[in-house]
Amino acid sequence: MNFNLEKINNFSVLTIQNERIDAHNSAELKEYLLEIIESGENQLIVQLKQVRFIDSSGLGALLFGHKQLAAKSGRFMLANIQPQVLSMFELTRLTRVFEIYADINEVLSNQP
Amino acid sequence: MCSSVIQVDVIVPSHTKYLDLIGSIGERIVKELDGYTGDREALAYQLNLVLTEATANVIKHANDDQHKDTVRISIHLQRDQLIIKVYDHGQGFDLDKVPAPDFDHPTEGGMGLFFIRSMMDSVTYTRQTEYNVLEIIKNL
Repeated sequence: MNFNLEKINNFSVLTIQNERIDAHNSAELKEYLLEIIESGENQLIVQLKQVRFIDSSGLGALLFGHKQLAAKSGRFMLANIQPQVLSMFELTRLTRVFEIYADINEVLSNQP
Repeated sequence: MCSSVIQVDVIVPSHTKYLDLIGSIGERIVKELDGYTGDREALAYQLNLVLTEATANVIKHANDDQHKDTVRISIHLQRDQLIIKVYDHGQGFDLDKVPAPDFDHPTEGGMGLFFIRSMMDSVTYTRQTEYNVLEIIKNL
């Protein structure tokens, strides 16, 4: 998988550069999320702009990241989700679980 | 509907790297639906997902030692239906006993079959002597 990790203000921004997250690469995504979280980052934004397909294992990997960070009282946010991908979150009602933003600017402008 | 009958039989190595290929065939077939009036983008995604989930299940769980190297999938497009069959040689399972996901306490697994059932019109799993078949039908 191809990732880009950068720091914007107090947020770690992980951009996933693959078009597809499925059972072939979701384990790698989980491992990388765990690595980031265990390194002490506790405000993570995952940008999914380039992801046009996600399967159940991909959703599972993101849910894993969310749970890991929630256990550390951190924030796990998703941004730039493509419409078809978003419909997977809606169908599984994961829109109630994740903090979902249109883009990074929306996260930054919603800071307390 | 006025699409021609199309039959695609695929046998791929039992490896997750081929999920993209299998899913892409599903997406591509949507372009052949001449008279389909529904949301083509949504249907393309659904077929990609259903083929990906069903094939991944076989790769992960459902083949015995003798058949562990390949997975067979057939896609049959007829006038008003798309029929997908995914074959396995595992112990099989009872489709009716697979629970729906707990949406209030979501877990990492257990969503694949839910997607297939939600998006398609009929899902059956038949155990036969030589193999098992997951048959998925989408009315067009």
